[in-house]
Amino acid sequence: MDNDRIDQIIDKHQSEASSLIQVLLAIQSENHWLPKEALKRISEKLQVPLTRIQHVATFYKAFSLVPKGQHEIHICMGTACHVRGATRVLDTVQDLTGIKPGETDLDFKFSLETVNCLGCCALGPVMEIDGKTHGKMAPGETADVLKSYE
Amino acid sequence: MPRINSSSELEKLRQGILANRDPQKPCITLCAGSACHATGSGDVAASIEAEIEKQGLSAAVDVRKTGCHGFCERGPIIVNHPEESCYFQIKPEDAPEIVSQAVKDKKVIERLLYTDPNTNEKIIYESEIPFYKNQERLVFGSNGSIDPKSIDDYLAIGGYSGLEKALSRMAPEQILEEIKKSNLRGRGGGGFPAGRKWEESRNASGNEKYVIVNADEGDPGAYMDRSLLEGNPHSVLEGLMIGAYAIGSHKGYIYVRQEYPLAVANLAIAIKQAEEYGFLGENILGSGFDFKISVHKGAGAFVCGESSALMTALEGRAGEPRPKYIHTAVKGVWDNPSVLNNVETWANVPLIINKGADWFTQIGTEKSKGTKIFSLVGKITNTGLVEVPMGMTLRDIIYKIGGGIPRGKKFKAVQTGGPSGGCIPENLLDLEVGFDELTKAGSMMGSGGMIVMDEDTCMVDVARYFIDFLTDESCGKCVPCREGLRQMLKILTNITEGKGNEGDIALLEELSEVAKEASLCALGTSAPNPFLSTVRYFRDEYEAHINEKRCPALSCKELIAYYIDPDKCQACMICARKCPADAVDGGKKKIHIIDQEKCTKCGTCFEVCPSRFSAVQKISGEPVPSPISEEKRIITGKSKEK
Repeated sequence: MDNDRIDQIIDKHQSEASSLIQVLLAIQSENHWLPKEALKRISEKLQVPLTRIQHVATFYKAFSLVPKGQHEIHICMGTACHVRGATRVLDTVQDLTGIKPGETDLDFKFSLETVNCLGCCALGPVMEIDGKTHGKMAPGETADVLKSYE
Repeated sequence: MPRINSSSELEKLRQGILANRDPQKPCITLCAGSACHATGSGDVAASIEAEIEKQGLSAAVDVRKTGCHGFCERGPIIVNHPEESCYFQIKPEDAPEIVSQAVKDKKVIERLLYTDPNTNEKIIYESEIPFYKNQERLVFGSNGSIDPKSIDDYLAIGGYSGLEKALSRMAPEQILEEIKKSNLRGRGGGGFPAGRKWEESRNASGNEKYVIVNADEGDPGAYMDRSLLEGNPHSVLEGLMIGAYAIGSHKGYIYVRQEYPLAVANLAIAIKQAEEYGFLGENILGSGFDFKISVHKGAGAFVCGESSALMTALEGRAGEPRPKYIHTAVKGVWDNPSVLNNVETWANVPLIINKGADWFTQIGTEKSKGTKIFSLVGKITNTGLVEVPMGMTLRDIIYKIGGGIPRGKKFKAVQTGGPSGGCIPENLLDLEVGFDELTKAGSMMGSGGMIVMDEDTCMVDVARYFIDFLTDESCGKCVPCREGLRQMLKILTNITEGKGNEGDIALLEELSEVAKEASLCALGTSAPNPFLSTVRYFRDEYEAHINEKRCPALSCKELIAYYIDPDKCQACMICARKCPADAVDGGKKKIHIIDQEKCTKCGTCFEVCPSRFSAVQKISGEPVPSPISEEKRIITGKSKEK
């Protein structure tokens, strides 16, 4: 992500220090992670110390300080999904991809995250890949869905 | 869009919109909320629109994509107006039949109707389906009939008349009095009277005051605020504007989770439309009142649902709570008086202003007035959003509206109030829902999550699950919450893994006590609730885990084993083929055996074993029977053949 684009995003948010989270969110959504250079640039432009940016970037779940894989897998661990067997879905995905929540595989193919509730409780257990919702998952179906992304 | 400068111009606009609408014109409303969208309502909408065009009906039939109808279990949902027949679980290929039969020929399509699972009766109208019939939808009711992207739809159902009444015919003090009289209590969790908060802010010194919508709906299993923002954003904006006028604020914030993209998008559209009509901006409706709203997307932190943490986040910092000796209503965002209410609370305000506090207080119980939207999820037949008057019993909500527990299972508990809430057992099912009633039972109202659990849910695991959630979400500021929860999680995990020791329960109780007493914010002080309520009502389950290393619900992976009953196994090969770990040994006419070493306990065999055989069993607290001898495994007799 180049500085011009970062500057554009910052300008869109009126270059105010209070917009820090909104600026980071915009960069995260476009770039899928927050490179150190981007944080430095934001620090200069918004006049916010880099330590505070690091604090914010590590405090909130939406931000990643490492690059993400090609496909982002989100397993819903909300209560409704939990009582309907979300752990089994997570176990299957971990077995098949070899990564744990928060990790990305060496080929940058998959990143795995758990989320607290996707609000599709009628479909639980739910797995979301690249924004597409896959509902009523059991270990068998989970494996089938994952294969379709390979 | 013309700018509306007075009450009379608003009335003229409304009449103009209504005059252009023929209530008898055929119209298909289709749920486009997040849950239905996930089941394919976008494709259904596209195919219905294409079909209408194909049949040359574009001018004669309207299609309206609405917000969530609430009955998520049966989505995608359509309602065919003016007949008001409703159809469920629609697929794109149903479009031709819907358009030609239901819309054109006005015939009922039997196969797409709702079938009552108890009576097998087909039901045509929404108002007759038990799920809807037993609700009282004051706040949520318009969701299914208006297009959230159209302010005209909202105006057509009387929208912004509350704002008009407030600005032109009421003094700010009068509004405050009305809200106080209505005893509207915060729908986000605490149940604090909204009127008192408003009054405190109004009386606080300072020229700059803020009103804030808390849409950081973080409780897992709760999504009513999202559905309101997605489906009827103007009702929330209108409530916020009225509140701002009452306390003397000119700036509002909406803090909404970025995980809710549709809510963010619909809010942005709603704000833009309200600005164009002049309901937001300067000199609103010619009253001299100015008001602006900004949307702040939350970056994902459960603790930001807490008022002082949310306000810190609005300032662009990490959302850590602060002590509230001075209320945020007096010193909030940038130390200015700030009134924060939940989405549903704000959405109640226009209703109260329009219909009066006397009307509002007729609904509900003595101390909890009005209705509450719950998200009824988990092991329940009718998953969805339900709005009921306060005072309805849990039993009525779960059985009359929710349709009970699926697959003939037995009810065990209902969890309310999110991670800070508790589990309510069967003998308390006749409890009337209300803020104080739920708190007395060791749970709380919270934002309205209602997760139903059946006999297969392990209550120790539920406590572990919530403590795990809260450990992860603790901001780390206070030691009892940060470290105490971590220790509680460790002990609870040990118990569910069969490594529990005598004295663990007492230790957990001690840790709970400290976290309750010595944490700063509500996250820490209420964090032990999931443990305390489960140990209060389900102590026997804890004891079985610790003393007998047995999970009574047959759910804790480390404490159960899967076993194939040789007398029941018909050697059908289904489980052997489906087993992802290759742990089932067997062949045609050879009784299957699970290799306990290889088994990952994923439960696939248990699920795929045909119910007429039910050969796969879960066992806990006893050793797995040793496999039968090789000779006996060969099925020879006719009776064993499929």
